[in-house]
Amino acid sequence: MKNYIKYLLAGIFFGFVLIKSEVVSWFRIQEMFRFDAFRMYGIIGMAIIVAMISIQIIKKFNLKDSEGRAITIPPKDPSQVARYLIGGTIFGFGWALTGACPGPLFTLAGAGYGIIIVPIAGAILGTWVYGLLRSKLPH
Amino acid sequence: MIEFLKEPWPWYVAGPLIGLTVPMLLLIGGKLFGVSSNLRHTCAACFPADIDFFHYDWKKYGGWNLVFIAGAVIGGFLGGQLLQDPAPIHLSHQAVADLKAMGITDFSGMMPHEIFNWQNLEHLQGWVVMVLGGFLVGFGSRYAGGCTSGHAISGLADLQWASLLAVIGFFVGGLFVTYLIYPLIV
Repeated sequence: MKNYIKYLLAGIFFGFVLIKSEVVSWFRIQEMFRFDAFRMYGIIGMAIIVAMISIQIIKKFNLKDSEGRAITIPPKDPSQVARYLIGGTIFGFGWALTGACPGPLFTLAGAGYGIIIVPIAGAILGTWVYGLLRSKLPH
Repeated sequence: MIEFLKEPWPWYVAGPLIGLTVPMLLLIGGKLFGVSSNLRHTCAACFPADIDFFHYDWKKYGGWNLVFIAGAVIGGFLGGQLLQDPAPIHLSHQAVADLKAMGITDFSGMMPHEIFNWQNLEHLQGWVVMVLGGFLVGFGSRYAGGCTSGHAISGLADLQWASLLAVIGFFVGGLFVTYLIYPLIV
């Protein structure tokens, strides 16, 4: 149980930052896809740069996690081109329609937008249907 | 201080803080930041049926992530309710003009009330935006093996070729819907 508290705190930090960055806003997602402002690109770009530098530091100094284990990042299989392009495009349809990706969906529920339970239920159903059809899809 | 916690943050503050979530999770437990896996863990926990993809020890592999996302819900409450910014969102003039041309008039809150309301589920628009949109987020993120957090942030930061392909897909799909589908349904 004690082990989980640190993940709860990290999640609280993440949810709070998502709200204050406004990336949970449908309006900001539309603004991004219409190239009407730099803001979202600045946010995503800075997030990637900070994460990249952090990962390089962790790798270079062979840092251990708080439980003393070596930190490894499993590589993704780049030979599965179809799954990333097709799956990614399908995800993009949904991202633009709902104006929210999975992190914001849950964060918006906490922010009091009850209606967001509808796209969350849709996302769970979509995940389930993927599991059902997985063996028949090109990967 | 309270003012800072209420206001929206500039991109050069918000972006790095989102990025810090990646080393935070790696350092506290060797976990890779990725939110959409929680949708799979939810299926595995609640409706595994006889689908192989949902038969694994979800508590062992996903427990931490489900707790993380429960934290994000609390963070959403703290930032979006308790320390809510009362001012309307400060969109660019061009975005306001584009969205007004689409027929959006209510710019309060995080999503347009005209589209996201329960009554709209009596109309095709509500089903397409909320139900189908959510469905495609879930289906697509699992098919692609990740969403914005797992691919666009964690994956690109780790220089994964696969994640670049996925992010190209995210934008192809997003631009298609924004320019060709949204004008038909709003």
